[in-house]
Amino acid sequence: MAGAPSPAPLLHRLVRAGHAAAPFTLDGAAQTGRAGDTVLSAVLTVTDHLRQSDFSASPRAGFCLMGACQDCWMWLEDGRRLRACSTALAPGMRLLTRAPGSRS
Amino acid sequence: MTPPLIVGAGPAGIRAAQTLARHGLRPVVVDEAPACGGQIYRQPLVEDGRSAAARYGGEAAKATDLHRSFAALQDKIDHRPETLVWALAPGRAQLLTHAGQYDDLPHDGLILATGAMDRIAPLPGWTLPGVFSLGGAQIALKAQGAAIGRRVVFLGAGPLLYLVAWQYLKAGVSVAGVLDLAPLGGKRHLLAALPLAPALVLRGLRMVADLRRAGVPVHQGVEAPAFFGDARLAGVTYMYRGRALTLPCDAVGTAIGLKPETQLADLAGCAFAWSDRDRLHLPVRDAAGRSTAPGVYLAGDGAGVMGADAAELAGERAALALLEDRGHTVDPQRCAGLEAALARQDRLRSHLAAAFAAPQGAAIADETLLCRCEEITAGEARAAITQFNVREINRLKALCRVGMGRCQGRVCAPAAAELLATAIGARPEAVGRLRAQAPIKPVPLTADAGGAS
Repeated sequence: MAGAPSPAPLLHRLVRAGHAAAPFTLDGAAQTGRAGDTVLSAVLTVTDHLRQSDFSASPRAGFCLMGACQDCWMWLEDGRRLRACSTALAPGMRLLTRAPGSRS
Repeated sequence: MTPPLIVGAGPAGIRAAQTLARHGLRPVVVDEAPACGGQIYRQPLVEDGRSAAARYGGEAAKATDLHRSFAALQDKIDHRPETLVWALAPGRAQLLTHAGQYDDLPHDGLILATGAMDRIAPLPGWTLPGVFSLGGAQIALKAQGAAIGRRVVFLGAGPLLYLVAWQYLKAGVSVAGVLDLAPLGGKRHLLAALPLAPALVLRGLRMVADLRRAGVPVHQGVEAPAFFGDARLAGVTYMYRGRALTLPCDAVGTAIGLKPETQLADLAGCAFAWSDRDRLHLPVRDAAGRSTAPGVYLAGDGAGVMGADAAELAGERAALALLEDRGHTVDPQRCAGLEAALARQDRLRSHLAAAFAAPQGAAIADETLLCRCEEITAGEARAAITQFNVREINRLKALCRVGMGRCQGRVCAPAAAELLATAIGARPEAVGRLRAQAPIKPVPLTADAGGAS
């Protein structure tokens, strides 16, 4: 499943440009983060949202970045969920902005 | 011997751990972050080439000292990083590690140093991607070395508004505006704060001057702010001196102050009382940090917002109280000195709160989301209040799901309580507070939950 072209990212890196690349996939498309990224930073430096809200499916991109507001929960392709702001990016992560098996 | 437990490894937790270790105890220190520092002195996941001065600015020496003090304790304490205390019972704490391991931790004495998060005013468009909390904007920059946008507005109230805007300016990011909801007139209270903390006040004034010199609009007494955009933030509209203004931007950092994380104090059985200064119910504590629950001590912003310097003092004082109560000999002069310094910090905090207080009671429009988890509008909450004659905040939660989502009301509860109070003509303290529930944050349900493994 090829993702649509990514919209302009929300976050912009000011440091760590030369750190090791950390490959991951987002909704099936290959992406690249950096060593030292949280999942939230890795995703929001390549696109502009992390998930859809639970009831109106409006785009969400996290809010507090300190593990309090719970607005940045994403999925792994194996069905596990993770809080993007407090989870370090691991190379090879297969991230989803929607629950596995849900229709886009 | 059963160890004492410290929850949180920010300035208060670090000083508490150091104090207990110095008196021969070996506390367990549980913290959600991978490294110590709390939010204010948060460390990056990997070295990123920036110095402490670049990362922490004028507070670099304090940050470095705390990080080093904690590192020096590593063989004297049981540090559990990336671990959540998700439930508490007397003498027992339920832990969950980031790797998903559950643990049941007996402890003798509990110091809660749980810190604070942003206090948020729900505004039109505040769930749009690109709108982050003010603390979130700072964490992106400090810990991840990333800016939340290319053209950033800072909107809200409190001293952190100016600090974070200034940090973005110094990092080379375009700051489109600083929009202060607090009126300019309140800033006269800074005169009273000046003798208590001259360096702090003068640094703040210098930051404002730097922002203005860089051409950043700094508008105080802003009204009717709203965020707009289609699927992501495109700008902010607001009223300033009777004029309707629009600031295009791709990101916002917003907060109207800080709010203690009191869920564990609630689960520990601490009594709460209304604080006019924080406009919240806070756990009751004495000058030493003793709560109303035996063996439970409170320190730092998690018990009432007083800032990082006060947190260091309170962490040490609370640890000394725990030691006293366990029959250790402690230096009474040190205790008295810490309490005097804390009283001074408390006076400073009152002046700062008066100087930066956002006006209360601005009505949230019916169509604006009040609860971002459950997507409940202010109008839906008002309809429930009227239909069911709601007088109490937990009842409102039960009837319309405000505060029932994943954040458990961390974000919306203060605004929901003010909305309820206004709707029924009561004072905000009269509508109560949301009861904390375990688990205090989402935890996965696995076969080994409950310590079966």
